[in-house]
Amino acid sequence: MRQSPKLRFCVQTHSLQDLQQPAVSSKVFIQRDYSSGTICKFQTKFPSELESRLDKQQFEETILALNNLYAEAEKLGGKSYLEGCLACLTAYTIFLCMETHYEKVLKKIARYIKDQNEKVYAPRGLLLTDPIERGLRVVEITIFEDRSIGSGR
Amino acid sequence: MSQIHHVSLDQHQHQHQQQHQQAGQYNQICTRSSSGSCAEGPEPSCPAHRTRTPRRKWQVFPGRNRFYCGGRIMMARQTGVFYLTLVLILLTSGLFFTFDCPFLASNLTPAIPAVGGVLFVFVMGMLFRASFTDPGVLPRATPDEAADLERQIDSAGCSRPPPRTREVLINGQTVKLKYCFTCKIFRPPRASHCSLCDNCVERFDHHCPWVGNCVGRRNYRFFYLFILSLSFLTIFIFAFVITHVILRSNRTGFLSALKDSPASVLEVVVCFFSVWSIVGLSGFHTYLISSNQTTNEDIKGSWSTKRGKDNFNPYSYGNILTNCCAALCGPLPPSLIDRRGLIQSDTPQTVSQSNGTGGGSYASTQLHSHMCDQDQCIQSTKFVLQAAATPLLHADPVVLAPLPGKTVTMGGPCAYLAPSQPSLPSCGGDVLALRDAAADSHCHHHLHHHHHHHHHHFVSPEETPCGTPQGVLPCPAHLHLHPHLPVPSPAALYDPASQDALHEDSVRGLVKLSSV
Repeated sequence: MRQSPKLRFCVQTHSLQDLQQPAVSSKVFIQRDYSSGTICKFQTKFPSELESRLDKQQFEETILALNNLYAEAEKLGGKSYLEGCLACLTAYTIFLCMETHYEKVLKKIARYIKDQNEKVYAPRGLLLTDPIERGLRVVEITIFEDRSIGSGR
Repeated sequence: MSQIHHVSLDQHQHQHQQQHQQAGQYNQICTRSSSGSCAEGPEPSCPAHRTRTPRRKWQVFPGRNRFYCGGRIMMARQTGVFYLTLVLILLTSGLFFTFDCPFLASNLTPAIPAVGGVLFVFVMGMLFRASFTDPGVLPRATPDEAADLERQIDSAGCSRPPPRTREVLINGQTVKLKYCFTCKIFRPPRASHCSLCDNCVERFDHHCPWVGNCVGRRNYRFFYLFILSLSFLTIFIFAFVITHVILRSNRTGFLSALKDSPASVLEVVVCFFSVWSIVGLSGFHTYLISSNQTTNEDIKGSWSTKRGKDNFNPYSYGNILTNCCAALCGPLPPSLIDRRGLIQSDTPQTVSQSNGTGGGSYASTQLHSHMCDQDQCIQSTKFVLQAAATPLLHADPVVLAPLPGKTVTMGGPCAYLAPSQPSLPSCGGDVLALRDAAADSHCHHHLHHHHHHHHHHFVSPEETPCGTPQGVLPCPAHLHLHPHLPVPSPAALYDPASQDALHEDSVRGLVKLSSV
C-alpha cells in the first residue's frame, strides 16, 4: 500500500472500493450496429480511448467473434425451426427440461468473454462486460487506472 | 464522568453531527448542514439494524409491471380485462363440456369432447404464456451509459436542441432511431416505449389488455397462437352447440330443446360475438406475420408505399413462408431483464462517482478504521491544540467540524482524563499525542491542506516511527491504550484545576472526540 493516498482518501472519499481494487478511470461503450436489421451486432469502430491500451486488430477480433456468436444464436435454419415446432407441439413445456439454443450460445459467449478477459484484457488493465448484463445494448469496456505508470488521479 | 458525558453529548449533538453509514458501531446522526434536528429520514435507526436480505432485481424494477411467484411471472399493472378473458373462456368451455358434450359424445362421437379438450388446454396454455412472459423489455441504461450517451449527443451537434434521433441504413431503407427519455437509450429499430407499462419493448406490437401484457418480441408467437387457437375453439364450440340444438330440436322441437339445454343459448351468444372479433384479429395478425410487420408499424403506415415510392419493409425476408417461420418458429431470445437475479451493490464506479456508493463492501473495515483514525488524528489534534490554547487565546468552547468516525464506549477515556493530560482517546483506544501548541495556528488549515503540511503539525500514523526526537508520542498505529502516558508541553500551558470553564470545555471537546 502506498502511504500518501490514505490521507487523500481522508479528504476526498471514504470509498473502500478505491482501496480494494484499482480505481476505474473510465468506461467505453461499444454501441449496437443496426445496419443488418435487428440482429445483435456490435460496431467494430475502434474507440479512441483504448488506443493506448489495446491494438485495433485485437479489439476487432473480439467484437467480430462476439458478432458471429450472436448471429449463431439468432440464426434461422433447420435446427431452430425444428426446435420451434417441437416446442409448439409440446405447448412449450419442453423448455422446462431443455434449454433453448439461444441460451446455449449465450453460455458460450460468457465463456468466450471470460477467456478474452483473462488472456487479453486483464493484462492491459481492461475489463469486458458481457453485453447480456447490459440488455444487449452495449459492450462495456472498463478502463482501470494504471497506477504503475504513476498517473494517479 | 458519564453524567458529564451525557450532558455534553446532548448539548453538542445538535451542533456537531455527522452521518456515517458503515455497519455496526456507528450511530447515525444527521449532518449539520442539512437540518438542525436529529436523525435524518430514511433510516432513523442504527445502520446495524439494516441487515440485508439479498433482494432480487424484480423488486426494484423501474417499470410499471406486476410480478408474481418471485419474479417468474410478469404482467402489466391493469389486469382486470385479463380476468374477464379468463372468465369468458372458462365459462363458455365449462358450459360446453358440462351440457353439450354428454349429448354429443353419446349421439355423435366421443372425439368431439376430446378434440375440444385438447383445444381448450392449448388455448389456456398459450394465454398464460402470452400473459406471463416478459414481452422483451429492454432494461434501462445504467448511469454510466446514460452519461456517455448524453456526452455524445451534446458533443455531436452545436444546434439547439441537440438531435435525439439517429439514422441507420437497414437493407437500403433509412430508419430513424429515437432516443427514449425514460429509459435513456436509443431505441433499437422496431422497439417502442409502452406508456402503460413504462418500458421499452423490443419489436413492440401492441399492448393487449385482454392478455394483460404487452405483446413484443418474446411473446408474440404465444399471442398469435392464442388468438389462432381461440378462434378455432370458438368456431368449434359455436358449431357443435348449434349441432346439439339442432339435433335436439329434431327430436323434441325447437323450444323444448332450448329449455332442455339453456346453457347453449349463452354459449351461442358469447361465441357469436367472439367469432367476429377473434377470427378477424387472427386474420389480421396472419397478414402481419406474413409481411413481417408489427401492429405498431402497420397502424403508423411505416412501410406503406403511400409514404414514398421507395418505401419498403427492410425486415421482410421476401417470401411469406420464411416470414411465418421466422415469427413462429425462430429462436426464442431470453429475457434481458434478469428478474430473478440478485442485486449486486458492489459494481466498480468511476472515481468521480465513488463518493456515494461505498456502501457495498465492508471487507476492509480495518483499513477504514485506520482511515478514521487518520481523520481523527487530524481532528483530535486540532481540537486539543485549540483546547490547550483556549486559555491563552479565547474562552469560547471549541467546536469541531464534522468528522467521520465511530462511537466509542465512554467510560474509559473520561475516567482517565485528567486536565493536565490532554491525551486523547481515539478510535481504537489509541492515543494521540500532541506535538506543539504553537503549531495551533496551522491546525486550522490542516483540514484543507492535507497533503503537504500535515507532517509539520502532527504526527501521522504511518510516517512517524516510534520515537521522534521532539518528544512527541507517535500516533494510533503504534500505541496501545495507556491511561497515563506522559504528555509533554501542553500540560504546562494551563491549569485546569483553577479554571472550571476551561476544564468543562476540554472535557466536552475530548468527550466529543471520543464520541466520533
